[in-house]
Amino acid sequence: MDNNNQQTWEPKIYAFLCNWCSYEGADLAGGGRRIYPANVRIIRVPCSGRIDPVFILKSFERGADGVLVSGCHPGDCHYTEGNYFARRKFVLVKKLLEYVGIEPERFQARWISASEAIKFVETVKEMTENIRKLGPNTKLVKNIKEEITCQ
Amino acid sequence: MRIGVFICHCGTNISGVVDVVKLAESISHYPGVVISKENKYMCSDPGQNLIKSAVKEYNLDRIVVASCTPKLHENTFRACLEDLGLNPYMLEIANIREQCSWVHSDNPELATKKAEDLIKMAIARVRFAKELTCSKVTIERRALVIGGGVAGIQSALDIANAGYHVTLVERTPSIGGRMAQLDKTFPTLDCSACILTPKMVEANRHHLIKILTYSEVEEVSGFVGSFEVTIRMKSRSVEMKKCTGCGMCQSKCPVKVDSEFDEGLSKRRAIYMPFPQAVPNIPVIDRANCRYFLEKKCGVCKKVCPSDAIDYDQEDTILKEKFGSITIATGFDLFDHSAYGEYGYGKLKNVITSIQYERLVNSSGPTGGHIIRPSDGKEAKKVAFISCVGSRDNKMGKPYCSKVCCMYTAKHALLLKEHVPDAEAYIFYIDIRAAGKNYEEFVYRVQENYRVKYIRGRVSKIFEEGDNLIVRGFDTLSGESIEMEFDLVVLAVGVIPRKDSDSFARMLNISLDANHFVGELHPKLAPVEKNTPGIFLSGSCQYPRDIPESVAMAGAAAVKSLSLFAKEFLTSEPMISEVNTSICTGCLNCKNICPYRAINEEEIKDLDGKIRIVAKVNETICRGCGTCVASCPSQCINLKGVSNEQILAAIEAL
Ligand SMILES: Cc1cc2nc3c(=O)[nH]c(=O)nc-3n(C[C@H](O)[C@H](O)[C@H](O)COP(=O)(O)OP(=O)(O)OC[C@H]3O[C@@H](n4cnc5c(N)ncnc54)[C@H](O)[C@@H]3O)c2cc1C
Ligand code: SF4
Ligand code: SF4
Repeated sequence: MDNNNQQTWEPKIYAFLCNWCSYEGADLAGGGRRIYPANVRIIRVPCSGRIDPVFILKSFERGADGVLVSGCHPGDCHYTEGNYFARRKFVLVKKLLEYVGIEPERFQARWISASEAIKFVETVKEMTENIRKLGPNTKLVKNIKEEITCQ
Repeated sequence: MRIGVFICHCGTNISGVVDVVKLAESISHYPGVVISKENKYMCSDPGQNLIKSAVKEYNLDRIVVASCTPKLHENTFRACLEDLGLNPYMLEIANIREQCSWVHSDNPELATKKAEDLIKMAIARVRFAKELTCSKVTIERRALVIGGGVAGIQSALDIANAGYHVTLVERTPSIGGRMAQLDKTFPTLDCSACILTPKMVEANRHHLIKILTYSEVEEVSGFVGSFEVTIRMKSRSVEMKKCTGCGMCQSKCPVKVDSEFDEGLSKRRAIYMPFPQAVPNIPVIDRANCRYFLEKKCGVCKKVCPSDAIDYDQEDTILKEKFGSITIATGFDLFDHSAYGEYGYGKLKNVITSIQYERLVNSSGPTGGHIIRPSDGKEAKKVAFISCVGSRDNKMGKPYCSKVCCMYTAKHALLLKEHVPDAEAYIFYIDIRAAGKNYEEFVYRVQENYRVKYIRGRVSKIFEEGDNLIVRGFDTLSGESIEMEFDLVVLAVGVIPRKDSDSFARMLNISLDANHFVGELHPKLAPVEKNTPGIFLSGSCQYPRDIPESVAMAGAAAVKSLSLFAKEFLTSEPMISEVNTSICTGCLNCKNICPYRAINEEEIKDLDGKIRIVAKVNETICRGCGTCVASCPSQCINLKGVSNEQILAAIEAL
C-alpha cells in the first residue's frame, strides 16, 4: 500500500486475534454478514499470550496505521491464563508506543469473545474512523527503499 | 520451494464479491508461487482432486487454500495433503469468506484487494511452514485417588467398575471422610452411615481397588499417562494380615485421649479404630499417646491380642508406583470459631460446632443420640443455631459462602425437634440459601411443620449467665435488638480448604484458587480438571460441596480418567513449543509463565564440556498456547506451526 498518496490512502490495520475467541468472533461477524471497513488484516494466533510485542512494533515499522490485539475475556482464556500475561505486556507496549509518539488510538487491546461479533465490528469501525482522522502513521516506519539506497 | 495457491469461489459466496479469476491470475506471478488455480468448490471432491493433481503435476511441496474460515476445512485440506504423502502442516488457509467477501460486499474492489493481501500473507506464512509430527506416549492405565471421603470412594468405584486398577490413598486410619461422622442427611434425612457404609465395603471388596489407609502421598513427578508417585504407608503397629478386628486391644488399652471422630465429645484409646464401621476394620496405635512408645511400659495390647497381630517394631512402608491419572478428593476442613471473640473465643462450654452436633444427635454417637449440654449433661431444651460462622465474612478472610450450612442448620433444628419434641429451636441467619433439588421445600417444612424460628440478623455477642448462655443480636426484619437465653448454641462453622493445602499443592505442582481451594481448569467448561493434564478434581476439595454434588463430581472426574485410559496412546499436539538450547540462557521465564507447567529445567553439556541449565518443553503437556514464546527475552523458544518467522513474514508480506 502506498502510504504517501493522500488521495488513495486507506488506513491499514493489523489485527492479531486469538484462535478461540476473537478469531471466532470475527468469523461470526462474517456469518451474520455484518459489513465493516475493509481495512483490517487479520493474523490468527493460538492465544493472545502468543502475541509478542515485537509483532506490534514490526507492524508499525512495516507501515501499519493501527494495530488491534484481541483475545478471550479475562477468566475465559482457552489456555486458562495466557490472556493475563498478554494484558500485562500490552500495558507496557501501550506506554512504549505513546512514548515514541504514536497516538493511543492506533493501538487497541480488546477482549472479544466468540459470540461478540458486534463488538468486533464496532471495534474495527471505531479504529478505522479514528485512524482516518489521524492520517497515516509516520512514527517507527522504516522506509525500506531508502535503507537500501543508503547501504 | 514450490507453492500452489487454490482459490475457492464458494459457489458465489466469495466470487460474488471478490474477483476470484483476476486474483488467481495476479497471484500466479507472486514469487515462489508455481501455480494458482480457482474452483467453484475447493472442499468438494472435484476441488480436492484439482489440488491433488496440481500437487503431482507441478511437484508442489506446500499449498495455500483461499476459502472459508480454517475452522471449517483446515482438516479437510490437511487430509488431502496427507493422502498425497505430504506433511499435513504444509498448508495455510486464507480466510476470504467470513473475513472478506461476506463482510465487504459493499465494496468489491477493496474486498478483492484485501483478499489478495490475505493470500499474500498466507503465502508468506506457508514459506516458513515445517513438517510437524506428533509423538506417541504410552499410558499407565492405573488411577491414583487421593482422599477416601465419599467423593474419593465414588471416583475409585467408577474407575474400577470400568475395569481399571485404582489405588485409593487415605490419610486417616479409615476411609469414609466427613460423611461417616454425619447423622442424617438433608434433604431426604436418610441415615448417613446407612448409605455410606455399603459403598465403603464395596470399595474394600473390589478386586481392582487397593485401599491404603493411614497413608500419604509424598512425592509426585512425571506427567499425564505416567506419574511417578511415592506413597508413605505409616506404620499401624498392627499386622493387617493377622488382625481380625476383634477389638480386644482397644478395650484393654489404659490410655484415653479425645476422639477425633467424635470431635472431642468422647475418648478413644491409644490403640483404636476411629469408628465401629471403619474400613479397614483394623486398629492403629497412635504412637504419640501410647505408653509403650512413650515409656516402654504397658504392652497390654500385645498381651491380649488373640491373633498376635501387634508389632511395635513395624516401620513405615514406602511405595513407589506409576499411575496414568491422579484424582484429588481431599475434601475440606472446618473453620476454627475461636477466631470470633464475640462468640467466646471457643471457650464457652455449651457453644459447640455443627459437626459436634452431628455426633451428639447420632444414636451411635457419644451420648447415644441424646442432645445434652457438655457442661452438665442436662438435656437441651432451647437451642440457638448460628449460621455463617467463618463464611461470607471478609474480616476473617472468608468471603465465600460455605453452601452446605444453611441446609444442615435447618436439618439440625429439625433433628432437635424430633429428639426433644418440646424443645425450642432458633436459627440466626443472614440469608437462607436453599438452592438444590427439594432444598427450598425442606427449609419450608422445617419452618412450617417443625415451628423452627428463623431470626434474620448477625449475633453480636454470646456470654454465660449462670448455667445458661445469653445470645445478643439484632433482628434486622423487626428492627429490634434481641437478648435471649439458651441451653446450647450450635455454630455453623464454615467450610475451609484443607489446612495443608499449600504444601499439598506444592507437592503436586498444582495451583490453588484465591481461597486456597484446589482451583479448576475452567470454571464452566472444565470444573473437574486441573491445568496439569491428567489431574482431576472430585468433591469438596474444589469448593464447598454437599453429598449429591460431591458424588456427581466424583463420577465426572472418573470419566476423565477413563477417557484417558481408553486411548491407545497419548499423542502430543503437533503445534507445540520447542527450545533452541544452543541460545537458551536458562533464565526460565518460560517455565514460570507456562499455564500448564509444561516447561522444566534440564542440564545439558556444551560442546566445550561445560554443564548448563536450559529450558525443556514436555511434549505431552504443552498445549501450544505460545505464551512462553512471547515471553522469552532471548527469542530461543518457538511455537511449531505458528513460529515467529511465520508471523513476522505475514506482517512483512504487505
Ligand atoms: C456439619 C456438616 C453437616 C453436613 N450435612 C450434610 C448433609 O446433611 N447432606 C449433604 O449432602 N452434605 C452434608 N454435609 C457436606 C458433606 O460433609 C460433604 O459434602 C462431603 O463430606 C464431601 O465429601 P468429600 O469426599 O469431598 O470430602 P471429605 O468428606 O472431607 O473427605 C476427604 C477425605 O480425604 C482425606 N484426605 C485429606 N487430605 C488428604 C491427603 N493429603 N492425603 C490422603 N487423604 C487425605 C480425609 O482424611 C478425608 O477422609 C455436611 C457437612 C458438615 C460440615
Ligand atoms: S486385638 Fe489384635 S486382632 Fe483384635 S483388633 Fe486388636 S490388633 Fe486386631
Ligand atoms: S506453548 Fe504454552 S503450553 Fe506450551 S510450553 Fe509454552 S506456555 Fe506452556
